[in-house]
Amino acid sequence: MTGARVVESPVASAIEATRQNRAGALIGYLPVGFPTLDESVDAAVALVENGVDVLELGIPYSDPVMDGPVIQKATQASLDGGFRLRDAFTAVERIRARVDAPVLLMTYWNPVVQYGVGRFADDLVSAGGAGLITPDLTVDSGADWLAESDRTGLDRVFLAAPTSTDERLRLAVENSRGFVYTVSTMGTTGARAELGAAAETLVGRLRSVGSVRACVGIGVSTPEQIAEILGYADGAIVGSALVRALADDGVAGVARLTARLASGTAR
Amino acid sequence: MTIEATPTHLRDEQGPFFGEFGGRFMPESLIAALDELSAAYDVAKADPEFHRELAELHRTYTGRPSIITEVPRFAEHAGGARILLKREDLNHTGSHKICNVLGQALIAKRIGKTRLIAETGAGQHGVATATAAALFGMECVVYMGEVDTERQALNVARMRLLGATVIPVTTGTRTLKDALNEAFRDWVANVENTHYLLGTVAGPHPFPVMVRDFVKVIGEEARQQVIDLTGALPDAVVACVGGGSNAIGIFHAFLDDPDVALHGFEAGGDGVDTLRHAASITMGRPGVLHGSRSIMLQDEDGQTVDSHSISAGLDYPGVGPEHAWLASIGRATYTPVTDAAAMQAFRLLCQTEGIIPAIESAHALAGAIELGRTLGEKATILVNLSGRGDKDVETAGAYFGVLDAGAGA
Repeated sequence: MTGARVVESPVASAIEATRQNRAGALIGYLPVGFPTLDESVDAAVALVENGVDVLELGIPYSDPVMDGPVIQKATQASLDGGFRLRDAFTAVERIRARVDAPVLLMTYWNPVVQYGVGRFADDLVSAGGAGLITPDLTVDSGADWLAESDRTGLDRVFLAAPTSTDERLRLAVENSRGFVYTVSTMGTTGARAELGAAAETLVGRLRSVGSVRACVGIGVSTPEQIAEILGYADGAIVGSALVRALADDGVAGVARLTARLASGTAR
Repeated sequence: MTIEATPTHLRDEQGPFFGEFGGRFMPESLIAALDELSAAYDVAKADPEFHRELAELHRTYTGRPSIITEVPRFAEHAGGARILLKREDLNHTGSHKICNVLGQALIAKRIGKTRLIAETGAGQHGVATATAAALFGMECVVYMGEVDTERQALNVARMRLLGATVIPVTTGTRTLKDALNEAFRDWVANVENTHYLLGTVAGPHPFPVMVRDFVKVIGEEARQQVIDLTGALPDAVVACVGGGSNAIGIFHAFLDDPDVALHGFEAGGDGVDTLRHAASITMGRPGVLHGSRSIMLQDEDGQTVDSHSISAGLDYPGVGPEHAWLASIGRATYTPVTDAAAMQAFRLLCQTEGIIPAIESAHALAGAIELGRTLGEKATILVNLSGRGDKDVETAGAYFGVLDAGAGA
C-alpha cells in the first residue's frame, strides 16, 4: 500500500480501513424479511457486531436466477411472509441507526424498474444506504442506473465472472464504485467445499485492468476459505452459509458463525 | 402467383431491441455464452450450407412443408368465414417446436456443445429437444415445473423414452417460469459444454431473434400456400400466444402486409377479471423478466405474478419482446380467450373435422370463431394449428367427462 488514497465511497472506506490491521474485509449477505423483518434487522446488526465490515442486504424476488437453493428458500419465505419493497428501506434505516457499517442492497433489476430507478436511488439515500449490487444488470444494459448513481453518489457494484472477456472486466472495473464483485466460480450462490483457482486467476485479471478493490463471493463458507481469498483479494463475501445459520439457529447462531468467519480475516 | 409485401420493413428487426423491448438483462457469468451464441448464429445465418442442412432436416425428418387444411364444417360455426389451418400439428414430435429446436441444435453442434438443456411447459418443447439430442447424440436435461409434470405425464414419459433426463422443478410456482429459472441456473454452472435451448421467442438477446428466425418458416410457407389456394392474402392470421413462438412464426411473413390483420390469443384462464389467467399483454405492464424487457404479469413491486391456464404451454406470465413491440405499435392485436372457450373450440374441431388440436392451439381456434363471426363469410382466416392434442387427451377427457371409470388410473 502506498499511503492514503482518495476514497469517496463508504463501502470503499470500510474496505480500505481493514488494511490497517487485517488481511481484508468480510462482507456478509442476508435477505430482508427472513425469517421476519425484525429478525432480519437484528441478524444484520449481529453480523456487524461480530466482524462484518460491509452488509449486503438481499431484496427478495420471485425469479432469482443467480441464487441457489438456500437463498431461494429464504427469499421465498420472506415473500410468502408479505415482504414489500419499502421494507428494504425500513431495514436499511433501522440497521444504520444501530451500527455504522455501510449497507448495500443486492437486487434483481425488475423491482428497481417498477419502483422507478430515480425514486429508488433517492429513497435508498434517505434510508442511509450505500448503493446497489445488481446480479442481473451489467454495465452495458445499465445506462439509467449509471446516471442515477452518479446523480446520487450511490455505490454500484457490478459482477465479474471467470468467463468475462478482458474488455468486459475493464467495463466492470471502470464503472463499479465500492468494489467489483468477483464471481469465484461458475454457478449459483451456495456453499462449496473447495474454491478452485478460478477466483485467484480472475482477481489477477481484474488487477491487470486496474481494479483496486476486488471482493470474492459465491461458495464461500469457512474462515479457511476467507483467509485464502484475502491472500489475493480485498474482501470475501459470505451469503448462503449465514442464511443457513440464521434459518437453523436464529440470530444467536448467525452471530456465532460470523465471529468464527471473521477469524479468517486476521493477518 | 406471388404477392410482393409492401416494403415497410417490420420484418427487418434484428434486435437486441424491438422498440423499447428486448435487450439483455442477465448475470455477467452468462454474457460470454450469449456473445458466443450471437456470433455463431450470425455466422450460420450468412452460411448457405447451414440453411441447406436445416432445410434438408426439415424435408426428411420434420416433414416440411406442413400442409394447410381448409375446415368448412368447423367454419360454419365461425360466421361462415373461410378458415385454413396451418398444420404444424403434423410435424414430427407433434408441434411447431421442432423448427426452433433443430435450428438451435445445429448451432450448438457448430460451437461444440455436447449437452442440451431446455425448459418446458406442456412438454412439447422438451420432447422436441429430447428428440434433437437423440438425433445428434447429445446429452439432454429438461426442466419442467412439478405441476406440469403432473398434468403432462405422457410427455414426461416421451422425453424419458427418448433418453432425456427430466427434472421436476419444485421452486416458486412450479410451472414454466420456474423451469426457465432452473435452466438458467444450470447454464450458469455448466456453460462450458452446455447449450441452453430456449424454447420460445423470449429470454436475452439473441434468443428472441434467433428463435423467431427458426420458426418464421411457418408463415413463409403459409403465406404462399394461402395465395396458391385462394389467389389472395388472408384477411387475418391467428395464433395462440404464451411466450409467443408459434405466433411470431406465422405472423412474421405477414408483418409488412398491412391489409392482413394479425391476432394473438392469450390464455384468459378463468377470465381476466379474475386473478387466474395468463394474459400477459392484455393485463400486464412493461418490465424485465428472464433476461429481456417485455410485458409481464407482475405486482406493484415487480414480483412476477402467478399465471393460470388449462394449457400448460400458455401458462407463462411473460411474452416475447417482439410481441410486446407489435402490440405497442398496433401491428398485432392480442385478446384473451378463456379456458372454457378454448375447450369448446377444442371439441368443435374434433367433432366437425376429425382433428384433435393441442389445447394451446384451441385458444387460437376459439379466437378464430369470434373473429369469423365479426368478419363474415367473405373473410379468409389463417389459423396456426401449432400442435396436436394427443398429449391433452387425459385433460380433455376429464374436462368433458368422457373417461370411463378407472380408465385414467
